[in-house]
Amino acid sequence: MAGWGGLLEPLRYEFMLRGMAAAVLVGVVCAVIGCYVVLRSMAFMGDALAHAILPGVAVAYLLRGDLLVGALVAAVLVALGIGAISRGGLIKEDTAIGIFFAAALALGVFLMSTARTFAVDLTHILFGDVLGVSVSDLWLMAGLGALVLAAIAVLYKPFLLISFDTVLAATLRWPVELLRAAMLVLLALTIVVSLQTVGVGLVAAMLVTPAATAQLLTRRLPTMMLIAALIGAFSGLAGLYLSYYLNVASGAAIVLVATLLFALAYLFAPQRGILWRRASQA
Amino acid sequence: MSFEDGASAHLALEHVTVRYHRRAAPALEDVTVEIAGGAHVAVVGPNGAGKSTLFKALVGLLPVAEGRLRVHGAPPGANKACAAYVPQREDVDWNFPVTVFDVVMMGRYGRLGWLKPAGRADREVVWRSLEQVGMASLARRAIGELSGGQQQRVFLARALAQQPHLLIMDEPFTGVDAGTQQAILDLLDELKQAGVTALISTHDLRLAASRFERVMLLNRRLIAYGAPDKVFTPVRLADAFGGQVLMLPDGAWVVDQCCPPPAHRVLEEA
Repeated sequence: MAGWGGLLEPLRYEFMLRGMAAAVLVGVVCAVIGCYVVLRSMAFMGDALAHAILPGVAVAYLLRGDLLVGALVAAVLVALGIGAISRGGLIKEDTAIGIFFAAALALGVFLMSTARTFAVDLTHILFGDVLGVSVSDLWLMAGLGALVLAAIAVLYKPFLLISFDTVLAATLRWPVELLRAAMLVLLALTIVVSLQTVGVGLVAAMLVTPAATAQLLTRRLPTMMLIAALIGAFSGLAGLYLSYYLNVASGAAIVLVATLLFALAYLFAPQRGILWRRASQA
Repeated sequence: MSFEDGASAHLALEHVTVRYHRRAAPALEDVTVEIAGGAHVAVVGPNGAGKSTLFKALVGLLPVAEGRLRVHGAPPGANKACAAYVPQREDVDWNFPVTVFDVVMMGRYGRLGWLKPAGRADREVVWRSLEQVGMASLARRAIGELSGGQQQRVFLARALAQQPHLLIMDEPFTGVDAGTQQAILDLLDELKQAGVTALISTHDLRLAASRFERVMLLNRRLIAYGAPDKVFTPVRLADAFGGQVLMLPDGAWVVDQCCPPPAHRVLEEA
């Protein structure tokens, strides 16, 4: 890894270029919607949605269909299902999530275990296979990612209001439940986009970690989204370089870079970091 | 029916009953009262008397189970910009990454809708509202960095930015400094000049009696509504506050608990 040449060397491989594009894309989209995941305390929901797409992927795999389409259908169904069950008030939301989460994971493994190449495929789905991203995958990911970002930009006011002050949203007669469902569907789309890069096992980290880091560094939502997106993109790139040179799993490397950045912000963030608080107390 | 800016909201309640759930006991029962446009009303009563319930029904957050409730002659929520509701401070997530300016701008959302971006006129209204509550210099602060009184003023400024006909404030004087209390009272005087109807719940009976021309005494049912000296009689206070009122030979003393002690709350939840 000699100087700048070390940064350029992996770029000679086309699969690395595609992988980098995918990693940056996932880093940005996850981080932006992740701001709402963090602010609305939906981390558990994000993790559950990620696991819930397994059966969809499994069915698509067994039918030799498109895995992304299978994941998409499953994720949207589960997002709406959790919303519908918890809205009845009979079961609390986190209980509903817990039930869906485990059941979907079990169903996914159940279906996958009927296939012969079970172990390899399951590993790819659980932990990602960013270097195996094809050009058509990349286009689909870019399209869905752009859709998610555009929706978040257009629905900025309603999403901000249902997250910060549901009561005002309700007095204005804005459809709070519908907006909540729309946010869950966007979250499901984001998870599908991330499937190949970090896998269902680690996507929750990409949703939560960059956003949580950004929250330590700013006091406004638009800046928080921007900083989170930069952190997500940087984690994606740096993680891929790490995986290239150390020959380690790329999804794990990406998440660990994001976690390291969080630790740095937690310690050193101006005003809110641990060290800053210590210093101002002394 | 038209709702011109500056019009006073006239409230009419006929046998209004409100429940939190369909089969729950009513939190507010059979309330009939008429409040003239432009009146400023202090709403008093013990905990659980239905003050917040009444407010939520007035802005359409809770459905009216029985009876009829009309604001400006229309059902609550028919005109979205008409009523502004200032929530209790503990209902707000103070760690949320928004500035004072951002929060007050939310007061314009009702007029802007989902898509339209804020224009210069909206920003002017926001700045004017911030100046009215003396918070313009702190506009760029994160809301989490404010004191309790300042936080209360921010939400008051947001209500002003809504340019409402009806202002509803839930316990605005609880836990604020004397300066903020005075600022809120001064602002209420200004709003009275502008003809805005206001309903304010408070535990401070002396404040209710001295600064409001109308008081509403609630204890799930309406005990009395009218001028303070007609409403605050020993018999009616005993009706509203029950065991919390202490009668003395020279008059009535009311001992009102603001909040149930924590241990009590835990027991209720267990």
